[in-house]
Amino acid sequence: MTTTLDMATTELREVNTTLQGAAKAQANAKYVIVNPRGSHAMACGLDGALDVTIKGSTGYYCAGMNKEATITVEGSAGPGVAENMMSGTVTIEGDASQYAGATGHGGLLNIKGNASSRCGISMKGIDIVVHGNIGHMSAFMAQKGNLVVLGDAGDALGDSLYEARLFVRGSVKSLGADCIEKEMRTEHIDLLKKLLEQAGADARPEEFRRYGSARKLYNFNIDHAGEY
Amino acid sequence: MCGIVGLFLKKDELRPKLGDMLTDMLVTMTDRGPDSAGIAIYCEETDGNVKITVQSDTPAADFDDLDATVCAAIDAPVTIKVIDTHAVLTLPEEKEAEAIALLEERGLRIMGAGVSMEIYKEVGLPRDVAARFGLRQMGGSHGIGHTRMATESAVTTMGAHPFSTADDQCLVHNGSLSNHNQMRRKLAKKGVLTRSENDTEVGAAYISSRIAEGASLGEALEGTLKDLDGFFTFVTGTRNGFGVVRDPIACKPAVMAETDDYVAFASEYRAFADLPGIETAKVWEPEPATVYFWER
Repeated sequence: MTTTLDMATTELREVNTTLQGAAKAQANAKYVIVNPRGSHAMACGLDGALDVTIKGSTGYYCAGMNKEATITVEGSAGPGVAENMMSGTVTIEGDASQYAGATGHGGLLNIKGNASSRCGISMKGIDIVVHGNIGHMSAFMAQKGNLVVLGDAGDALGDSLYEARLFVRGSVKSLGADCIEKEMRTEHIDLLKKLLEQAGADARPEEFRRYGSARKLYNFNIDHAGEY
Repeated sequence: MCGIVGLFLKKDELRPKLGDMLTDMLVTMTDRGPDSAGIAIYCEETDGNVKITVQSDTPAADFDDLDATVCAAIDAPVTIKVIDTHAVLTLPEEKEAEAIALLEERGLRIMGAGVSMEIYKEVGLPRDVAARFGLRQMGGSHGIGHTRMATESAVTTMGAHPFSTADDQCLVHNGSLSNHNQMRRKLAKKGVLTRSENDTEVGAAYISSRIAEGASLGEALEGTLKDLDGFFTFVTGTRNGFGVVRDPIACKPAVMAETDDYVAFASEYRAFADLPGIETAKVWEPEPATVYFWER
């Protein structure tokens, strides 16, 4: 059974309270939200398996702190979508604004359109697949997880990067401090194949280049001062 | 934070609805900036005449017979339209400087001037400001609006956006400029004077001064990327154009929408929710350090 919540008649707080309650109580229940009109903080803090479809575009911080739930936005998402996600899947059919998937610990963020600047900033284990392009300063200080970009990346990709893996099929405008291109080994091809399949992305792993940390900034060395 | 909205109509059929559409967009942005609100709107032009928008805290006394007083002083026909604390005086273009000097001498605050542009701005919630000025009833070709969360200067009418520093030019801003005092002094040395302590007015004055020196609006907007320091999303209006630029870091939000009927700008997508045809519009986020411009 699918429950529809209409935001033309239901307050945001009530929508989130309903979803949060259902996430804990009704495993894999389906919810559809209509008339989101770019509202903020939609479907946030879901702690349990739930299937949510938002019919339209959302504002700031949609699907933040998600755990186990599957959330689909049939439109575009504003700044901070799926911020600090722990697990589950968040799919954006349109574009995502700034800092999509920031500080995410786990789960899959699947952006079918483009993502703006600072995509995956400080990611800590999340997998992010962007079918279009990403903006500048993406994966800044990213620590763990995988960022896959089928299109192009903007300036300063992976600045001050830790152990996150970055895969880009298109061009990279520039690499940030301590981010370098790395060899694509079999293990990376296998990993990428799995991620592309999960995201339903039409691309072959061999078309991508891998970027990662040169690990020069891990320890202070005065000779690297210019890199900071 | 601050909230910005802008709407540039491509088709004349929508002109009577411009104020209504802009007001909805402005009110939606209230929680980004509840301190003050304002719009600059480009409405009907009258041949050979210029419109000067002035503000007074004591409009009953200041606007009473103002048209006759100005008419006698400049020896030219003057009409007046009084709306709440604002009045728009229409008079021959060649008398503009003389009239502005006279109005300032009488203690009135000049909001802006131009053959087409009128500016209405006050402190208070956007909904209340819009109601006081009857913004919904206004028609026109394009306009920009702003809801302010004050950061760099006081919550006053003069600190409210939009700012106009040359005829038919206006600017709204989300962000804060860190070199505005230095730039204000540089502009003052060139004879470009600002009327407030506000950082945004410096941004507006910078653009106006570059245009006065011969730059195109596009070139002037490019210049902001080099000469202004800080965070900014600027939206500007001219007599026949509408422009957008964001600083290279671009952390201030911006979203645009375009259909065959209009180009719209807002700080958040929410502001577009009631625009006609938004479901099928091209919606995108303007790139950092990139100038966007439309002209009719």
